[in-house]
Amino acid sequence: MLDELDKSIIAIMQEDFPLVPEPYRAIADKLGISEEELLLRLKQYRQSKKIRKMGAVLRHREVGYAANALCAWIVPDERIQEVGEMFAKIAVVTHCYARVTQPGWPYNFYTMLHANTREQCTIIAKKLADQAGLQDYIMLFSTKEWKKNSMQYFKNNNK
Amino acid sequence: MLTAFDKRLLNIIQTDLPLESRPFAVLALRLDTEESVVIERLKVLKEQGFIRRIGPFFDSSKLGYIGTLVALEVTNVHIPQVAAVINSEYGVTHNYERDGIFNLWFTLFSHNQSEQNEILKKIGNLTGVVRLINLPATQKFKVSVQFTLL
Repeated sequence: MLDELDKSIIAIMQEDFPLVPEPYRAIADKLGISEEELLLRLKQYRQSKKIRKMGAVLRHREVGYAANALCAWIVPDERIQEVGEMFAKIAVVTHCYARVTQPGWPYNFYTMLHANTREQCTIIAKKLADQAGLQDYIMLFSTKEWKKNSMQYFKNNNK
Repeated sequence: MLTAFDKRLLNIIQTDLPLESRPFAVLALRLDTEESVVIERLKVLKEQGFIRRIGPFFDSSKLGYIGTLVALEVTNVHIPQVAAVINSEYGVTHNYERDGIFNLWFTLFSHNQSEQNEILKKIGNLTGVVRLINLPATQKFKVSVQFTLL
């Protein structure tokens, strides 16, 4: 279970990471705890997989991946595990989930693809389809970004 | 433009920001440079917009949140106002207009199922929303936004 200090740490770690020689000390000072305690807790979160990665996320448009496509697939239930593991290994696939279907919406598997252009996304999706032997998929290209940010955990009324 | 050094730095820091007192000194050692060079370069890359965020990326489910993907069919003229209501929700992290019958797609994190239900009910009842489908994940295979820069 997370205690109040955990929640404060997680909330403050969503803010800009201090680009100074001792960033963890700077954060710990703000929290009123020691640098050692902060590092200890962060290491515990990483060990328990609460932190899935410690690092930077780039703006993909700026680093040359201007196009992204959400691909929705129909994968036979008995093949979901196999296809999921196969697609997860592919670098340009950044997200890969099996999801529920809804009436009139038979797609049960989703991948996010990133490439320089839409055409490249289309080629990659075709390759994935061939590799997995899947025929039924659609590419949902984004036409406008209305919102994109990181989740601000534990900042809403301290919940 | 990114220099060869920038690309090496970004490739390392995308996966590996050390949990140590002097993380940038550790990176500098790997990059055969000075701590101050790493810090200055990261400031520039952040300012120029190449870096969106530095720090820990948490697994939402392990923090007790539930996430979902939601697709909406919205009449075109109503998209801006529907998008604005969606964006005002604290747990909405991505909201994109996309090609297809379902033309607005967003991701939502909530503290529990009843909170999620309430939000989706509110959004589903907005003027212009023809249909809303909730597509929660049944299995997660990968969440890893990393780009190897060559």
